Amino acid sequence: MSAVIEEHHDDHDHKPTGIGRWLFSTNHKDIGTMYLWFSFTMLFIGGSLALVIRAELFQPGLQFVDPELFNQLTTLHGLIMVFGVIMPGFVGLANWMIPLMIGAPDMALPRMNNWSFWLLPAAFGLLLSSLVMSLMGMGSAPNFGWTFYAPLSTTYGPASTDYFIFSVHLMGISSIMGAINIIATIINMRAPGMTYMKMPIFVWTWFITAYLLIAVMPILAGVVTMMLTDRNFGTSFFSAAGGGDPVLFQHLFWFFGHPEVYIMILPSFGIISQIIPTFSRKKIFGYSSMVYATSSIAFLSFIVWAHHMFTTGMPVATELFFMYATMLIAVPTGVKVFNWVSTMWQGSLTFETPMLFAIAFIFLFTIGGFTGLMLSIVPADFQYHDTYFVVAHFHYVLVTGALFGIFAAIYYWIPKWTGNMYDENLGKWHFWVSTISVNVLFFPMHFVGLAGMPRRIPDYNMQFTEFNQIASIGAFVFGFSQLILLYNIIKTIRGKATEKATSQVWEGAEGLEWTLPSPAPFHSFTTPPTVK
Amino acid sequence: MMNKENKRVLQNLLFVVLGMFCFGFALVPLYDVFCEYTGLNGKTGVQYVSAEQLQVDTSREIKVEFLANTNDGMPWEFKALTYSINVHPGEANRVEFVVKNTTNRDIIGRATPSVSPGLAAAYFKKTECFCFTEQLLKAGEEKIMPVVFIVDPAINKNIREITLSYTFFIQPGSEDKTASQDISSLDDVSKLAINTALTQY
Repeated sequence: MSAVIEEHHDDHDHKPTGIGRWLFSTNHKDIGTMYLWFSFTMLFIGGSLALVIRAELFQPGLQFVDPELFNQLTTLHGLIMVFGVIMPGFVGLANWMIPLMIGAPDMALPRMNNWSFWLLPAAFGLLLSSLVMSLMGMGSAPNFGWTFYAPLSTTYGPASTDYFIFSVHLMGISSIMGAINIIATIINMRAPGMTYMKMPIFVWTWFITAYLLIAVMPILAGVVTMMLTDRNFGTSFFSAAGGGDPVLFQHLFWFFGHPEVYIMILPSFGIISQIIPTFSRKKIFGYSSMVYATSSIAFLSFIVWAHHMFTTGMPVATELFFMYATMLIAVPTGVKVFNWVSTMWQGSLTFETPMLFAIAFIFLFTIGGFTGLMLSIVPADFQYHDTYFVVAHFHYVLVTGALFGIFAAIYYWIPKWTGNMYDENLGKWHFWVSTISVNVLFFPMHFVGLAGMPRRIPDYNMQFTEFNQIASIGAFVFGFSQLILLYNIIKTIRGKATEKATSQVWEGAEGLEWTLPSPAPFHSFTTPPTVK
Repeated sequence: MMNKENKRVLQNLLFVVLGMFCFGFALVPLYDVFCEYTGLNGKTGVQYVSAEQLQVDTSREIKVEFLANTNDGMPWEFKALTYSINVHPGEANRVEFVVKNTTNRDIIGRATPSVSPGLAAAYFKKTECFCFTEQLLKAGEEKIMPVVFIVDPAINKNIREITLSYTFFIQPGSEDKTASQDISSLDDVSKLAINTALTQY
């Protein structure tokens, strides 16, 4: 903790300079930083699309965009947020933090790490180019929803669907390489003495997430390959005319898609499991049950996919199986929520911004989980299916779940990344404005959904107007409040107006990352630390 | 350089990735087998060859209704000559459909059957059906197409009505070929117009 030692270390901290530092980087911290900036950029792009959608839905009738463009906006909003924001955001955090948390000098496969990042700008450049071309009047961008159900995406897909397919292939390769890298790092590069059951929960959740990615991203690649050959090479995987079956598409897609939604939440569980103990100044309650609960959730994710398809005409026995299997997920998830709350119980709590976001996560994610339980009930799902109730449900788990987890992680670790404390006041502003507006945005969607407003429509019945107006106001406040975060991050990086961070940063923080100076040196743990 | 342990993990995981990619494709035939075995999606099985004479259950009567549809883009006229008949489980019944190619070009089509309720599909046996093979209709040709079916007496007692629906699809590729043949005899302006129309889809 001595400043002299830090200075001394920095002098020997050789960094490559110029653009080459980033283009050819094999450093886990630089690649993590690039992932995080990429994710943040995509958040603003995907968010802008959402604001156009909300502007259109401010009142019934068509105001700003025609229905054709509206479909393209919802499709790209979904794809960008899922594959461009949440997933790269988590991979960025994994890159930055996993080596620091397990005492490794870098990721196991640094060159592959570089490649897996640089595929992403290519993938999203391709995807976004279709929207740019659409706005310039050249054809249509993908317009079939982020779930790209056949035959909308095969027989009736616009020409740009092939761009989309190639883009998904690239994202898939990128995710698979990222996941392999994380698994290899965790298996082979833990510091001496760090057994599996001593790993921080964030490392554990990412370990399991990486296995999920490896299991299901190839299925997604297979599905889009089938779409590609259906569209261009005369096969009929999803076309009834040639003996195929469009419902098969949904089975394959959701066999990928359900584990995918856990890929987007498990790392957040990990982040929350790091933050809650720190600001409660207690050890996490029920460490091993956390690990087992995460594994159970991962296992269950493979046997619940058809709950997305209750209305496709399944026999009662199948519906019952998927209903009960889905309800079962509430058990390990409940264990986790119980453990977080128990960790806080009788702790000496302080409410810095990461802790605020973590507590909001527990509360709001549980609301999303609860509506998920409602949706799992087959007869109820027949009413809720494809309404705004579903939109409300998955935005509660993905925005106030996954995204709030990333926000919490940024505030929690940015002092370690930059060596400067963020502006706590701005952080609190960001938290309160975001948390209030996000509920103004998504909570009314439950009501319009229950009243019967369908998803993915640019126009709606007059009776839904008030709730939609409230939601749109919430959307604009939530969207612009993210500029506070952007400003705070830039201010922290510049570090002129903020105080310096100590290596410990947070009083109650435990773990190897806090034994390093802040900012974490370019090369860390060149000699492995010993974990007792 | 990559060390040995990392290489091993990389190899194993790439193997898993490859396996899962193939598994995705293996799910396609598995899905068909599963549906055929359970009759879950209302798909009827392949041609039924009776190993033994089924016992005709004259105590029960089931109403079988017929639907004939053509899919989007299929220019044929397709009708059921019988809209519904009452059958006893176990007896063979013959019904006829009529299909006419109203265009001036040859078209290959394929009919896809669907049985509702889905659970009846496994008990709906067809010994003869035009849906087993592709059908070629020459320009202007009209054909009577028969179906011979037996309802298995083992069918659930609660099922009193079955609907058999056929949808004729244009065989992918067959329309393109005929379309391009047609184009070759046209002038350049019309060709351009047709190509533009085709590329819209």
